[in-house]
Amino acid sequence: MRRTAAVPPGRRRRRSLLGLAAWLCGLFFFVPVAWMVLTSFHRETDAAANPPDLGAPLTLHGYREFFGAGGGPSPWPPLINSLTASVVATLLVLTLAVPAAYALAVKPVRRWRDVLFFFLSTKMLPVVAGLLPVYLIAQKAGMLDDIWLLVILYASMNLPIAVWMMHSFLADIPVEIMEAAAIDGAGLPTVLLRIVAPLALPGIAATGLISFIFSWNELLFARVLTGVVAGTAPVFLTGFVTSQGLFLAKVCAAATVISLPVLAAGFAAQDKLVQGLSLGAVK
Amino acid sequence: MDRARARARRAPLLPALLFLILVTQLPFLATVVISFLRWNALAPQNRGLAGFDNYRAVFTDPALRSSVATTVLLTVTVVLVSLLLGLGLALLLDRGFRGRALVRTLLITPFLIVPVASALIWKHALYNASYGLINGVLTWVWGLFGSDSPPQPDWLTRTPLAAVEVALIWQWTPFMMLILLAGLQSRPTDTVEAAQVDGASAFDIFRYLTLPHLRRYLELAALLGTIYVVQTFDAVFTLTSGGLGTANLPYTIYQTFYQAHDYGLASAQGVVVLLASLLVATFALRTVASLLRREAVR
Repeated sequence: MRRTAAVPPGRRRRRSLLGLAAWLCGLFFFVPVAWMVLTSFHRETDAAANPPDLGAPLTLHGYREFFGAGGGPSPWPPLINSLTASVVATLLVLTLAVPAAYALAVKPVRRWRDVLFFFLSTKMLPVVAGLLPVYLIAQKAGMLDDIWLLVILYASMNLPIAVWMMHSFLADIPVEIMEAAAIDGAGLPTVLLRIVAPLALPGIAATGLISFIFSWNELLFARVLTGVVAGTAPVFLTGFVTSQGLFLAKVCAAATVISLPVLAAGFAAQDKLVQGLSLGAVK
Repeated sequence: MDRARARARRAPLLPALLFLILVTQLPFLATVVISFLRWNALAPQNRGLAGFDNYRAVFTDPALRSSVATTVLLTVTVVLVSLLLGLGLALLLDRGFRGRALVRTLLITPFLIVPVASALIWKHALYNASYGLINGVLTWVWGLFGSDSPPQPDWLTRTPLAAVEVALIWQWTPFMMLILLAGLQSRPTDTVEAAQVDGASAFDIFRYLTLPHLRRYLELAALLGTIYVVQTFDAVFTLTSGGLGTANLPYTIYQTFYQAHDYGLASAQGVVVLLASLLVATFALRTVASLLRREAVR
């Protein structure tokens, strides 16, 4: 029985007003992003206009400057470093997390709840409290300014989230399907590859995207532990912190380009984003 | 036979577990040890046991005490305001209207901008006194009324902490909204419909049905928000470089260790943050556990 068909006109008007309010809020929150993108396409003189000049001619000047046309440092090494650190760390995370989540969800080990909470508890500790020893160890091991150190740290940073997310995805797969396959004579590898993997694939993809986003965004570790060679895109951006107003369009272009991969990944994983952010506690 | 099977079950778990213990737990232990040492990299001869000296410094040095206060103020303000805004937005988005998916996407975007990038945008494109958007709009509005002397405050020096808070609230409201929206959409619809049939007002339904159901999600959002916001580094580093009373603990630890090279003191600060986080985390874990338990019952 559906009641929506007979909405009284008063309520309908209120509903459309609330829809309008939602639209206004959405646009209001979007203003800084829209302004960033618009400014990135302005000439520097127009970008610094007060009051703002919405109709100023559009140009790619800011982007050309960002990519080193004006003789500044090239953003490519940091972008490639970020891509390497994020992608390799994510692959490492998935390699470790998927089997672990399998052991916790499908054929659970004893006290699996405690183990799951141990994973979660490591995520709740502030990274800044472990930064110094990591720095000292890296110094001793000659791994400062080495992108592989970031790979290891980013993997450890995202592993707990990944285990939690994968656990909730795998727990959703009915055990009966696997048992039925086993009764039909399929071995464990076959069950894993032919039954579990296809069903878990969307979950694995979402987990990977979230791990990628967090790695790409990270600044503190990268800032302290890398320098000339292994600096990532966020570290490159900190080079703009003190830059003065003359280069506003360039700053906006830089922020836009470096945010683009995360925006793409985030929009793709929108539904799963909350599950990852809430460490798998909310579906 | 049984033991072999248990081992086979444990095997896939071990690499992840060992990796995590090695990379995260050992550094924390080392931090605790170093916090009891007198160790400044700029004075290598003067190393030794410090006892509780570093901890005494954390709680007596006025600069450090103020960074503790800043951390608490910043975290509480950002979490509370973004939680309330997030609740309002989640309630708006929970109902059907044209373009809902698009509005949701617009609202999520602030959370997806790389944090340093968003801090840079706030600093240069929005807050800047001479060409930032905020003052630009002030100029434009004043111009509409024929005034050519609009107020042009320098937001970052006049209200530094509020400026950091606004940028962070903008960034974290979508996070709160997403969790609360998930909570709203997991609400059983039959009781709401039954209440509507019984003539309950929208406010009654919110007060007696929606809010109790949302309680756990509100707690979860607040606690996770706290855990993330306490660790804020990018915004403080970028917007004010910790100046004008905006230095929070993560930024202060970064400075103590990276600029002053006082390893012992930085570690003691780290341990204090660690203990405070553990306190919050205990509540967070309990909330998560109760959410999971209800999930299992359903």
